Amino acid sequence: MTAVQERPSGGSLVQQFEYGLDAPICLTWELTYACNLACAHCLSSSGKRDPRELSTEQCEAVIDALQRMQVFYVNIGGGEPTIRPDFWHLLEYAVNHNVGVKFSTNGVRLDPERAAYLASPACGGYVDVQISLDGATAEVNDYVRGPGSYDTALTALQNLQDAGFQDAKISVVCTRQNIGQLDEFKALADKYGATLRLTRLRPSGRGADVWDELHPLPEQQRVLYDWLMAHGEGVLTGDSFFHLAAFGESLPGLNLCGAGRVVCLIDPVGDVYACPFAIHDNFLAGNLLADGGFQQVWQTSELFADLRSPQTGGACAKCSFYDSCRGGCMAAKFFTGLPLDGPDPECVQGYGETALAGDRTVPAASQDHSRTTPTRNQPVMLKLMTRPPVSDCAESPLAGFEPIGG
Amino acid sequence: MPDPMPDPLLSEAWGLSPSVALRPEPFGALAYHFGNRKLTFLKRPELVAVVRGLAESPDVRGALRAAGVPEEQWAAYADALRGLAVTDMIRPRAAEVAA
Repeated sequence: MTAVQERPSGGSLVQQFEYGLDAPICLTWELTYACNLACAHCLSSSGKRDPRELSTEQCEAVIDALQRMQVFYVNIGGGEPTIRPDFWHLLEYAVNHNVGVKFSTNGVRLDPERAAYLASPACGGYVDVQISLDGATAEVNDYVRGPGSYDTALTALQNLQDAGFQDAKISVVCTRQNIGQLDEFKALADKYGATLRLTRLRPSGRGADVWDELHPLPEQQRVLYDWLMAHGEGVLTGDSFFHLAAFGESLPGLNLCGAGRVVCLIDPVGDVYACPFAIHDNFLAGNLLADGGFQQVWQTSELFADLRSPQTGGACAKCSFYDSCRGGCMAAKFFTGLPLDGPDPECVQGYGETALAGDRTVPAASQDHSRTTPTRNQPVMLKLMTRPPVSDCAESPLAGFEPIGG
Repeated sequence: MPDPMPDPLLSEAWGLSPSVALRPEPFGALAYHFGNRKLTFLKRPELVAVVRGLAESPDVRGALRAAGVPEEQWAAYADALRGLAVTDMIRPRAAEVAA
């Protein structure tokens, strides 16, 4: 199915985007699978560095290609991108080649010196920093991101603010545990002169293992929607929540699945996937080393040609909200074992719950970079004990010991 | 018959902002401003031709004529150009000298 579809002239931008662009608007580039943390919901199952990781020279060649294609900025992530020794070099290389950088980090390397560098003319005001934080309190954040990660993130934000770095971003994955903290997140962002960015929890990577426990409940989807409608202008979402458009009014943004049309992902070894939430063989378009470079993959991959063909609504076509949500997120459906032409697992009209209750097989992960031995920072996701220990001896080593003549 | 009340913008000299790049796309072009990081879509190839031609024309009218835009559409194009000026995609050439 690679027949080139005739692009209509005129029409809305969204219609034009469905047929794809000559280059992506928004490209995510995971620089490394290595990470100091082991977040329970990591989209890319990061942990260990892949030995085939692109070299510095190969990364520079990617940036050269992006400059030629006029990809004006790239979202760099990982893994933890800043633990690549050449990260700061590549950052400057990109900026000097008219490719702006927005990078996501847990903050581990953002000491006062690095913060000052990011605020300096070397970065030309052309670098955005996103600090990941998945709880407005250490308790909620560290449960999924690991002990100490809340303090690391807040220290990084403080360092950026002290260095005079303008408008850092606090990037939050919305979960069942933190939807109730939206106002607190906003207050944190205001405190650090930062902008809040909210994104959707996807059942991708290790996220598949914890999605059932962490994805927002139906009533929380409504809370989130109402909150976004009230605060939408000052909060970024990366067009993450277009499935919520079926509540009624569309949220700001494209409200379109951009996979392979306006977005894609380059992974640390140069594999190109349809979107950042779809690191799986089924969504692999090609490899930029093996298949003639990024431009070649973007413009000629069979997978992308398919994604740019008119899609059928399937079971959703009958729904009166189909034009609003377009069936939701492809990756969310795929990784929960739902058909791609049916409802999103978090369909706000309730069709997702019905679909999840039916027959489905969750696909096996096609790769995993998790560490095989736990690190000291690994989240354990155990609930705190709410009842006291049953026996005295468990409470204190001195329990029951009565000193004589004391 | 000439418009009795022509848009004053048509007589002004404009040009693409120095920090803006245009990326050709099948529907027209993307305009990206490296300074304020705004991304704008030029949805018609004719509008792209007009925007590209602004700097070489003494005024907006000249750019519209050079791009082959029929006179009855000039008012609509003037509005579109004003929209692009809001985010500094294009700017009056006099302002460059003043700045």
